[in-house]
Amino acid sequence: MSGAAPRGMAAIVRDAGLAALIALGVGAPLLGLRTEPVGRGLTLIPRPGLLLSVVAAVFVGRILVGLFMAQRALRRRVISPAPRAMLAPPGFRSWLGRAAGPAMLAFALLLPFMPGIGRYEIDLGTLVLTYVMLGWGLNIVVGLAGLLDLGYVAFYAVGAYSYALLAKHLEIGFWAALPLTGLCSAVWGIILGFPVLRLRGDYLAIVTLAFGEIIRIVLLNWVGLTGGPNGMSGIPRPSFFGLPFSMAGGEGTFAGFFGLEPSPLHRIIFLYYLILALALVTNFVTIRLRRHPIGRAWEALREDEVASRALGLSVVAVKLTAFATGALFGGFAGAFFATRQGFISPESFTFIESALILAIVVLGGMGSQIGVATAAVVMIGGFELFRDLEQFRMLVFGLAMVAIMVWRPRGLVSSREPSVALGARKMVGAEHVAEGRG
Amino acid sequence: MSAPDPILVVENLTMRFGGLVAIDALSFEAERGDITAIIGPNGAGKTTVFNCLTGFYRPTGGSIVIRHADGTTYPLHRLVQHRIAKHARVARTFQNIRLFGGMTVLENLMVAQHNRLMGEGGRTPFALMGFGPFQKREAAAVERARAWLDRVGLTPRADDPAAALPYGAQRRLEIARAMCMEPVILCLDEPAAGLNPRESEELNDLLRSIKAEGTSILLIEHDMSVVMRISDRVVVLDYGQKIADGPPDAVRDDPKVIAAYLGVEEEEALAVDAALHQE
Ligand SMILES: Nc1ncnc2c1ncn2[C@@H]1O[C@H](COP(=O)(O)OP(=O)(O)OP(=O)(O)O)[C@@H](O)[C@H]1O
Ligand SMILES: [Mg+2]
Repeated sequence: MSGAAPRGMAAIVRDAGLAALIALGVGAPLLGLRTEPVGRGLTLIPRPGLLLSVVAAVFVGRILVGLFMAQRALRRRVISPAPRAMLAPPGFRSWLGRAAGPAMLAFALLLPFMPGIGRYEIDLGTLVLTYVMLGWGLNIVVGLAGLLDLGYVAFYAVGAYSYALLAKHLEIGFWAALPLTGLCSAVWGIILGFPVLRLRGDYLAIVTLAFGEIIRIVLLNWVGLTGGPNGMSGIPRPSFFGLPFSMAGGEGTFAGFFGLEPSPLHRIIFLYYLILALALVTNFVTIRLRRHPIGRAWEALREDEVASRALGLSVVAVKLTAFATGALFGGFAGAFFATRQGFISPESFTFIESALILAIVVLGGMGSQIGVATAAVVMIGGFELFRDLEQFRMLVFGLAMVAIMVWRPRGLVSSREPSVALGARKMVGAEHVAEGRG
Repeated sequence: MSAPDPILVVENLTMRFGGLVAIDALSFEAERGDITAIIGPNGAGKTTVFNCLTGFYRPTGGSIVIRHADGTTYPLHRLVQHRIAKHARVARTFQNIRLFGGMTVLENLMVAQHNRLMGEGGRTPFALMGFGPFQKREAAAVERARAWLDRVGLTPRADDPAAALPYGAQRRLEIARAMCMEPVILCLDEPAAGLNPRESEELNDLLRSIKAEGTSILLIEHDMSVVMRISDRVVVLDYGQKIADGPPDAVRDDPKVIAAYLGVEEEEALAVDAALHQE
């Protein structure tokens, strides 16, 4: 018999007792005593009832967890001879895999015109798509090239601020400014890339994190250029290829040109399609690049840097193109963010933002386009769903992350699609794919 | 015999790691079109020679020069690493196999052709979209890969992840990958390690055919049956120094070589040698 025998009830109770003891130790000062201002001083009020109920809850909860684990161990032993793939027939799985992309695309295209979809839903869709795009951009760096980047938000910020500056001071329109902001971000990607060329793993993560913070702090303190903590407002709103969206209607506006009733929804829908198009461009370019030698070099670097070097890949060029390409799309997303909000400040570009984007990539399955899109929908949508829970939102979010990582440690879509095949393309199982150490 | 035409000239190569002298003023040459074997006991410095040759280590001293058939020379000890593969066209395999495990067998061979694919026109937007002459080049690269897969018997597994192959197949794939670079010299670090006798025999045939097509081979090998049968020349290292250099038969009978392998003094080695020749 392989596998550890499920633990007996006695062991579970003992374990729960230990947990309760720890809860008592931690809880006694934190929950058991409450400070109350009395007159001029403070007095301690004991709360034994609360403390005891928490300890009891921990005890019972721990027993439940123990029982659940024991049950699962039992079930594993019963199921283990049959391969897990039996649970979902492979035909259905691959069909699902192929249908998911087009189905999601069709849904995204039709969303604004579906019944029951209002301003709020379209706005939410725009937000989700922004994160889909950011996830896809970071996916190039983390998922394909295997370089752990914790400062991705820096490029988002560079994009947003460079668009704001170009549009406000030089009065360059959105479409003309877009390539420039992308270029700006890509250059910053290379600037970040150089010093971290020789770093790997944890060191790379720390330096990229610091880079993200540096950019934010510079934005915060360079008051003359960026307005500092007050941010920049009055960023020109987008126009429909030169036709402004105006509630007044009339000649030369979007509504007037197309003979429509002016409506605030026009701009919202336009922004939605704008980010959808930008995200699709990101996706398209990534898919193309994966089949191009550049993309293969990224993945080769992730799989084995030493072998890549022996085959004549320039690690410098491969890493810098990955950083620059990822940053480029981050910059585009930033420009979109700036034009959509009309106002930006360093507060929008904190580390939490980087962490969220990275979580989307990891959760989605590093390297998988559809996985990252799904994860963005789940995470951003989930955030909205739990908005009423306020302070528990982060807790729920954390628990959900843990649950998914236990259930699918390699993310939602963990298999890798080959970039070229002699016969039919077969997905490469997650167990073979390296995560990269860079 | 025609005049010597070395493809590789190593002169006074020295590699120190702190106090340890892994290679000590090593000089040797590899003739164009030959299979040159480098043998020696564990820790003799064989892999270190390869690492200097392929730019993983920068030698402490000495020079390594590759001379192409057209007369162009490349000082490997000074070259930026990726140029060694790209311009000097030196390919290698590793003692502990290094494949791109999560990529398919075919993809492994495509990565090896990176520089050829990225050559002129490879960076244009057209190439990115997969149009134009790039498409033809990509198709040619797939064809070249397929030809090598046929030769090493891996065509049926072309679309499987490299990590899923059995050990012997991984060894062959690593050689095929190196050959897809179309190198002038192929450096193999113990390619027969872990192979069964039949696989080892197939490897001999493969190396002979590679040689017959004009690629020079530098071979580190412990398996004497491989070394003696296929190499044209053998260089023996011990503690980073060359202790013998010559045709396989002469090297086999060299008492210093036997002593190095058995870790005994020379007189004893002669006795051992005699015993060996009786079998
Ligand atoms: N990067 C390094 N740092 C320090 N010492 C090293 C390094 N690389 C190799 N050495 C040392 O150099 C010596 C030669 O090692 P090398 O790997 O070249 O031997 P080898 O001949 O390939 O042996 P084997 O037959 O076991 O593969 C050894 O003593 C080894 O410990
Ligand atoms: Mg070695």
